[in-house]
Amino acid sequence: MSQVDRAPALRLTDVRKSFGPTAVIMGVSLDVARGSRHAIIGPNGAGKTTLFNLISGRFPVSSGTIGLNGQRIDGLAPHEINRRGLSRSFQVTSIFARMTVFENIRCGLLWAQGYRYSFWHLLGGERALNDAAARLLADVNLESRRDVPAGLLSYAEQRALEIGITIAGGADTILLDEPTAGMSRSETDHAVALIRRVTAGKTLVMVEHDMSVVFDLADVVTVLVYGQIIASGPPSEIRASRAVQEAYLGAEGA
Amino acid sequence: MSNGVAHPAVRRLPARGLTGVLGRQWPWLLSLAVALIVPWLSYNWVTGRHSGFIVSMLSQMGIMIVFALSFNMQMGQTGLLSFGHAVFLGLGGYVTAHTLNAIKGGSLWLPLEITPVVGGLGGLAFAIFFGYFATKQRATAFAMITLGIGELVTAAAIMFQTFFGGEGGVSTNRMIGRSLFGLSYASPIQVYYLIVVWTAIAAALMLLLTRTPLGRMANACRDNFERAQFVGYDPRMVRFLQFSLSGFFAGIAGALYTLTYEIVTYDTVGGAMSANALLMTYIGGVGAFAGPVVGAVLIVLLQSWVSVLSNSWLVYAGVLFILMVTFAPGGLAGLVLMHQPIWRAGRLRRLVGPYGRLLVPGLAVAIGFVLVIELCSFLTIGAAQGKTLVLAGIAVNPRQSAPWIVAALLLGGGGLWLRHEMRRFALVWTEVAEEIKALGARA
Repeated sequence: MSQVDRAPALRLTDVRKSFGPTAVIMGVSLDVARGSRHAIIGPNGAGKTTLFNLISGRFPVSSGTIGLNGQRIDGLAPHEINRRGLSRSFQVTSIFARMTVFENIRCGLLWAQGYRYSFWHLLGGERALNDAAARLLADVNLESRRDVPAGLLSYAEQRALEIGITIAGGADTILLDEPTAGMSRSETDHAVALIRRVTAGKTLVMVEHDMSVVFDLADVVTVLVYGQIIASGPPSEIRASRAVQEAYLGAEGA
Repeated sequence: MSNGVAHPAVRRLPARGLTGVLGRQWPWLLSLAVALIVPWLSYNWVTGRHSGFIVSMLSQMGIMIVFALSFNMQMGQTGLLSFGHAVFLGLGGYVTAHTLNAIKGGSLWLPLEITPVVGGLGGLAFAIFFGYFATKQRATAFAMITLGIGELVTAAAIMFQTFFGGEGGVSTNRMIGRSLFGLSYASPIQVYYLIVVWTAIAAALMLLLTRTPLGRMANACRDNFERAQFVGYDPRMVRFLQFSLSGFFAGIAGALYTLTYEIVTYDTVGGAMSANALLMTYIGGVGAFAGPVVGAVLIVLLQSWVSVLSNSWLVYAGVLFILMVTFAPGGLAGLVLMHQPIWRAGRLRRLVGPYGRLLVPGLAVAIGFVLVIELCSFLTIGAAQGKTLVLAGIAVNPRQSAPWIVAALLLGGGGLWLRHEMRRFALVWTEVAEEIKALGARA
């Protein structure tokens, strides 16, 4: 195996981020193994979403390096990072509200299928692309909502659509930012099943507040408190760790 | 990404072939037929001449349809509000004028029918140049940059005599004696038919563009540029390409302008022309592809007909614009689209009565408003021109109080009545909308 093949899906080395004088991420080093399901937990304001924004290129890092499959991606624009195989969802639902559900999914597929900025392909005639979009639509259980403007979907449907757009490009590293936030119990169960299904064989990193989701879905849990990692390991180990209980889980972790 | 389960096709493929095209595109084909026939309705069979007024108005409609559609490639489709779109119409026009002069001078060989492509390429070249700067930004910053570009080019058009011809502009002559079909283009009707052909080509190409990956990603960047980044697209590149292509079509409109008027002056690149694009597109509707076509036809009608009847046509255009933006942000096309689900559910009949009740007070307010504007205008401009105000065959003296009282009654009384009817209308509308929602939920 070559060097690149053995590299972890994501490798963060002493990543730091400050907004002016405020240090938000204070030296985070983290390896995410390929094919693993990695949850990042921590109290509000710990910097979980900021960490996602750094990895996905939404914000530049102040210092440190980020590697995706052995290639450095810090300093690249979001679209360049996406083209290297990393895709993300947002904490606040981020879809193309005025376009139909089908169009949303198809937009997620376009770059990965090599259409680039083409203005000479008519999308109606691209059978392979449209079939792929229809399959994906079925995967996220939105077939019946195909021609509805995405902005008119229910909240849970919009979250499912966003997961669909996120995985559409075939990225092998998926970042999900609180995918079940604001959902009812049954909606959460559906979402967890959906995430498990569509991210099979991929590397998944997610920020999640719902501990039952975390311990249900994740192979590895990393605890972030005030911009630093205080613990990282299998869920059972994290659940048992006194430091984590004191810093974060409190009564809930008992 | 798929779990390997085969899914049956959810939707029937649209009908293909000629019948399919006829079935889906009939409004366009009908418009084209109307455009071809209308000049003959005003044909004077005795003298064997077309009405100059009608042909000139129709030609202007064609030019403005292409211009407004190209503006909407930025506004409606990409979410880019430009205050300088006339730059590409005007520059395309100047390039065409110089090209015609070069052909006439013998230094270039090109049939006249092809010159709109040259105008388009001129628009494209300048759009690539200016777009490189403007599309670095989006939203308000983009709008400000385009405003600057518009002012810059207008100033340049007066300063640089060789290319722009200063205040006099560049004159040309379309009778260059080079035609694919042996036409002289001496009469405006020949130019009009050339405009019809080019308008149809440009509109068809712009419609097809909306169905390409770039067209869809333009919509995506409009809706959510950040999400577009995270599906692999550089929003700036999308903006730049869309801006440049839009410049190409504006350039075609400019070329048609030059062929019609045989002179291009600095006002073709100016702010008023850019505002025209905005006005037409908003009144017609930014949300539908055909919106700007409707807006262009309406505004040119206003410009040609109302300007003959009244000095104040710009006031009416402005008020129409404000009313549309306030009450129907989707424009006329948006109003039509709002009724589509009601029509599909077979409930349109429920609205006929309420609409009818809006008609009388609506007309009263409109007449009252027109009366006030015309009275004001005749007190000042009209008096200076020595005209008398004639309304419905009656000479009205704006210095008397009676017409003012009538106007005030129409405006005030009609306004109160209209408000009352609008509330009742809103109730019926909500009721119908709720019924349709309930129907949809059951289905």
